Amino acid sequence: MPIVPNPYKTTGFLGWIDDRFPLTKMWKDHVAEYYAPKNFNFWYFFGSLALLVLVNQLLTGIWLAMFFKPDAALAFESVEYIMRDVEWGWLIRYMHSTGASAFFVVVFLHMYRGLLYGSYRQPRELIWIFGCLIFLVLMAEAFMGYVLPWGQMSYWGAQVIISLFGAIPVVGEDLVTWIRGDFFIADATINRFFSLHVVALPFVLVGLVIAHLLALHEVGSNNPDGVEIKKHKDENGIPKDGIAFHPYYTVKDIFGTGVFLILFAFVIFFIPDFGGYFLEKPNFEPANPMVTPEHIAPVWYFTPQYAMLRAITVDLFGVPAKLWGVIVLGGSVVILFFLPWLDKSPVKSIRYKGPIFKIALALFTVSFVVLGYLGTQPPTPGKTLLAQIGTAIYFGFFFLMPFYTKIDKTKPEPDRVTMKEGH
Amino acid sequence: MSNEGVDVGKRRFLTAATTVVGGVGAGFAAWPFLSSWQPSARAKAAGAPVVADISELEEGALVIFEWRGKPVWVIRRSPEMVENLPAVEGDLRDPQSEKDQQPEYARNEVRSIRKDVMVMIGSCTHLGCSPSFRPDYPAEDMDPNWKGGFFCPCHGSKFDLAGRVYKGVPAPTNLVVPPYHFESDNVIVIGEDPANEGVA
Repeated sequence: MPIVPNPYKTTGFLGWIDDRFPLTKMWKDHVAEYYAPKNFNFWYFFGSLALLVLVNQLLTGIWLAMFFKPDAALAFESVEYIMRDVEWGWLIRYMHSTGASAFFVVVFLHMYRGLLYGSYRQPRELIWIFGCLIFLVLMAEAFMGYVLPWGQMSYWGAQVIISLFGAIPVVGEDLVTWIRGDFFIADATINRFFSLHVVALPFVLVGLVIAHLLALHEVGSNNPDGVEIKKHKDENGIPKDGIAFHPYYTVKDIFGTGVFLILFAFVIFFIPDFGGYFLEKPNFEPANPMVTPEHIAPVWYFTPQYAMLRAITVDLFGVPAKLWGVIVLGGSVVILFFLPWLDKSPVKSIRYKGPIFKIALALFTVSFVVLGYLGTQPPTPGKTLLAQIGTAIYFGFFFLMPFYTKIDKTKPEPDRVTMKEGH
Repeated sequence: MSNEGVDVGKRRFLTAATTVVGGVGAGFAAWPFLSSWQPSARAKAAGAPVVADISELEEGALVIFEWRGKPVWVIRRSPEMVENLPAVEGDLRDPQSEKDQQPEYARNEVRSIRKDVMVMIGSCTHLGCSPSFRPDYPAEDMDPNWKGGFFCPCHGSKFDLAGRVYKGVPAPTNLVVPPYHFESDNVIVIGEDPANEGVA
């Protein structure tokens, strides 16, 4: 018998465990007795879906690593080997490649939910920051993963992205050589990217996801009304507007998972390359360091940033356009980290925010989508101008936020969460 | 444990000293890992000069040779192409090749040793894509004054037939001219300066 019996009074095998490890405690804290607001809507599917896609990527990734060869001379062929000769290899690879795009779909929607309902606001700043770090690592992970098949887009994508670091004054060129491990994109590059993609970054990613969830469960979930459910608790200390994550939201999320998997399977089985957006056509050609494909564009989830990068064509304040482009590209992600301190509105949710915020968010949404489209298109003077306007709106949304959220006419927040009749 | 009778100042000093020594040690331990990312001895040893035979290269055409993993273009410029070079100077960022993007012997109005043979590295000075050869002019999708040159499909940078960069594009500098010399009329050695020029 342990000196102090566990407080859950569990017996038998589970009791033996609970006396030595907080299993029942963890289950209760994070699942069975984690109280989430009862008014979650459609937008709240994407967190759990992101977790599902992460598991998909880890599992299929482990299997792909069993057949893939991280060698500039063998990589392309080994992917073809997986596609043609490995039993079910095509399915495992398409699950992984479609999973990459699905990851960004659900993460973009998940982040947009945060924008809509002010989920980044105090006291959830750290949840948001961990989320931004996840997004950053995800971008690195996706980029390095795309290099591995060693097709034309892999090669030239790597060329462009790694060269971005060359714009940094003084150390830039040496930094680029250091990242590549050679004087051009070479075997050394794909070899180290494989290691980072398969070992280092997944570790970081999983760690950040755990931190993201721990921070969430510490302060509790936000909700579409943006009001704190912990303000009203019943006699047992349970928020009156809270319901247990399990079984209520596990059931809801299983439904979301079902719908998601139908769409996911449809893409895998019928349009795995998604018309050149998930797997680009030039990537079915082996890497050729001598010739850049006629039309080069990144995978769809990088196109907004890519459009911003090439929108910058003039030297400004003595800084060359090339460096400005890189600053804008990096800044478009870095600015997200500051969002909790840019929003000065007295209310969190868009439901109670004023017309200026709604217009600003609409403009931001349109500019992000338009930039995403422009990033897939070859540059012309007209499109470059449009991208410049889009870039200005993208940054304006953030930089002007402290001002327009302060003067905006907001509606009063309700005291408790609101729901339609019949729920 | 009680802190009574503890020399807090000494304890703080020892904690700080341990942290500093440990930090320095961690820094030194990190060095081999970071340094392993530099080009290996094998990568550094590669990069011998390339001998390029251009006897079959037609006037107005371009041929690509691989040197140090990069595409090196050799273009046999027609007299018309050479004549057109000054016509676009007003649209260029660095028409006189003032920035060090070429060896001294190619720092001239045509950026080459011989006017009819242009040699340059086919990597955009923006982010390293290889621009497309666009000798056609006038071209609808180019400047009104376009006299043929190169267009980078990645980010839209433009260069003339001497690799000089246009204004208003993301690329900051002219294309790089590698060290090279003529072994004979039709044989170029890429990666080696002319014998009387010393090191570049």
